[in-house]
Amino acid sequence: MPVERVLPSDEACELINLVRELARDELAPHAAAHEERAEFPRETVRLLGRAGLLGLAYPEEYGGGGMPYEVYLQVLEELASAWAAVALAVSVHTLSCYPVAAFGTDEQRKSFLPDMLGGELLGAYSLSEAMSGSDAGSLQARAKRDGDSYVLSGTKAWVTHGGTADYYNVFCRTSDDARGGVSTFLVPADADGLLPQAPERKMGLRSSPTAQIVLDNVRVPADRLIGNEGDGMRIALSALDGGRLGISAIATGLAQSALDAAVAWAKERQQFGQRIADFQGVSFLLADMATGIEAARAGYLAAARRRDTGLPYGPQAAMSKLFATDTAMRVTTDAVQVFGGYGYTTEYPVERYLREAKVMQIFEGTNQIQRLVIGRHLLSLR
Amino acid sequence: MNIVVCVKQVPDTYEEKKLSDADKTLDRESVEGVMNELDEYAVEEALRLKEAHGGEVTILTMGPEKAVETIRKALSMGADSAVHVVDPALHGSDALATSYALAKALGTIEHDLVILGVESTDARMSVIPAMLAERTGAAQLSFARKVEVDGSTVKIERQTDTGYDVVEAQTPAIVSVVEKINEPRYPSFKGIMAAKKKPLTTLTLADAGIEASNVGLSGSGTSVAEFAARPPKQAGTIVKDEGDGGVKLAEFLASQKII
Repeated sequence: MPVERVLPSDEACELINLVRELARDELAPHAAAHEERAEFPRETVRLLGRAGLLGLAYPEEYGGGGMPYEVYLQVLEELASAWAAVALAVSVHTLSCYPVAAFGTDEQRKSFLPDMLGGELLGAYSLSEAMSGSDAGSLQARAKRDGDSYVLSGTKAWVTHGGTADYYNVFCRTSDDARGGVSTFLVPADADGLLPQAPERKMGLRSSPTAQIVLDNVRVPADRLIGNEGDGMRIALSALDGGRLGISAIATGLAQSALDAAVAWAKERQQFGQRIADFQGVSFLLADMATGIEAARAGYLAAARRRDTGLPYGPQAAMSKLFATDTAMRVTTDAVQVFGGYGYTTEYPVERYLREAKVMQIFEGTNQIQRLVIGRHLLSLR
Repeated sequence: MNIVVCVKQVPDTYEEKKLSDADKTLDRESVEGVMNELDEYAVEEALRLKEAHGGEVTILTMGPEKAVETIRKALSMGADSAVHVVDPALHGSDALATSYALAKALGTIEHDLVILGVESTDARMSVIPAMLAERTGAAQLSFARKVEVDGSTVKIERQTDTGYDVVEAQTPAIVSVVEKINEPRYPSFKGIMAAKKKPLTTLTLADAGIEASNVGLSGSGTSVAEFAARPPKQAGTIVKDEGDGGVKLAEFLASQKII
C-alpha cells in the first residue's frame, strides 16, 4: 500500500508520484536479483540522476532541486521501500555533495557542484579506516602539503561506492592534533594512486559496493582541500547529521516494505481454517510493527523540519537514526516471524529485509554512538 | 514541424474499473487516473521528432477537470504547451462524438502532425485516429512502429500481423503509434517544475465551436444498454499427460475454437 503522505507543495506531490513510478517500474522488479549477484545498478542510479533525484536537497543555482529535507527524505523512503541499496546510493551521494556545498568556497561550489548534482556522477564519502570507526578522530591517513598540491597516503575503509564512485571525499590527517588535525579533500576517482580494493562480501545490501581505498601517494591540487586545514572533523560531523536522517528514512522505507509483505501474507495464509491475520497473536504483532514505523517516520520528519527551518537538529537526527533503525531491525525480524518457515527462505523478500536492516544499526554512527550523542547533548543543556 | 499529441487520462490499469449505475458510463472518480500508456509513446515520439526537426509539441486532452494531472505529466516530459477541452456537456461522449470534439479543438491549434497512441486502455476501440483523419481530411498513418519525417513527407512502418508495411503521406497527417516505437522517458524533477510555467489553454464547447447536440450522452451514436459484472473465474481443466498430453491439449484448444 502506498503511504499516505502530507507534503508541503504540489511539486512535492508530483515528485513523489514520479518516484513511485520509478520505484515500481525500475527498482522493485530488479532488487532481488541484483542483491543475489551483488551487482551495483549503476545505470539505474544514473536514471534517477537524470530524473533529478541526486541533487534534490541542494540549491537550484548549483543545479540542485531546491527541495526541503522534509521532501527529500520522503523520496528516500519511497526508494528504499523498493530497493534499499539504491536509496542508500542516493543518500550517500547526497552526503558526498555536502562538504563542498556547505564548506567550499564560492569558486569550489561553482566549479564542482553542478557536475556533482547533475546526475551523471556518483560520489563517495571516505571517513572510516580499519582501526578508526566510531572513534573517527583517530584516523591515520595522511595528507602532506607539497607546493601547490597535497599528497595523500593511507588506507580508508568501509567506503560505500568504493571502486564505483567518480569522486571521493577523503578525510586525512594534516597534523597530529587529535581533533583539529583532520582535513577534507575532494579527490577524483581517476587520480593516480587512488586504488579501490576488492569489494567486501556482506550479509546484506550486497548490491551496494563497499570497499577499502588505498591512497598510494595520491597528488591533488590544493584547491581540492574543502574548508581550511583542520576543519575535517567539523565537516565530517556536520555532514553526518544530514546523513543520519537519510538512513532514518531508508530504514523506515525498508520497514514499511516488510510490514506490507507481512500484512499481505497474514491475509492470505490460512491455518486452523482461517486467515492467520485473524488471530490476535498475529494482528498484535502487525499492529506493533505499524506503530513503530509510524513513529519512525514522524521522528525523521520532525528532525527534518528543524533542519529546514534552520534550527539545530543534531540530537534529533541521532534519536531518529537510533529509533528508525532499531525499529527496522525489529519489524523485519517480526515480518520473518509472520511468514514462518517461508519467511526464512529466499523465495520471499523478508529474510533479505532482515539482513539489510542489520547494517543500518551500524553505519552512519552505530546506535551506541547515537546514544552517546544524545546523552552528551542532555548533559550539555545544564 | 509543429506536432499535436492527443493524450487521454484513463483509470489506472492496475485497478479494477467500474461503470456508474446512474448513467452507465465509466466511473472516473472511483479510481486513480493515469496517462493512457500508449499515449506516453506518442508523447515520446513527438518529443524526439521535435528534438530532431525543431517545432513545438502541443498536448490536446479532452476530459474532466482532473485530466489536468495527465496534461501536466506530458508537459513535464517536455511538451511545450497544452489545450484542455473541458465541459460538463462532454460527459458520456462516445468515440464518434469524441472524434468530433477533438477535430474541432485541433482546428484551434496550428499543426503539421497529430500523434496518438493506437488505443486507450479503458475503451480499447482503436478508432479515434481513423475518425480524426476522416473528420479533418488529414492523411492516416496508423499503427506506426517507426516514424520518419523529411520536410513535409512523413513515412512510417505500419505494424502488421506478419511484419510491416511502409506507408508515406504528406502533412497534415495523423499518426497512431504502437508500443514498439520507442521507450518513453520519465519526466525529470526539473521538468515537473518547468511544467507549471507552460501555457495551458482551457476550451469550453463554445470556445472550440463544438455543437452541444453532437456530444455527450445524448449526442452519441452509441450507448450502453446494460452491463453485468464479470462472472467469477471457473476452475480450470487439468490435462494429465499419460503419453497423450499433446493430443489432449490440441483437442481442448480445438474445442474452445482457439485452433
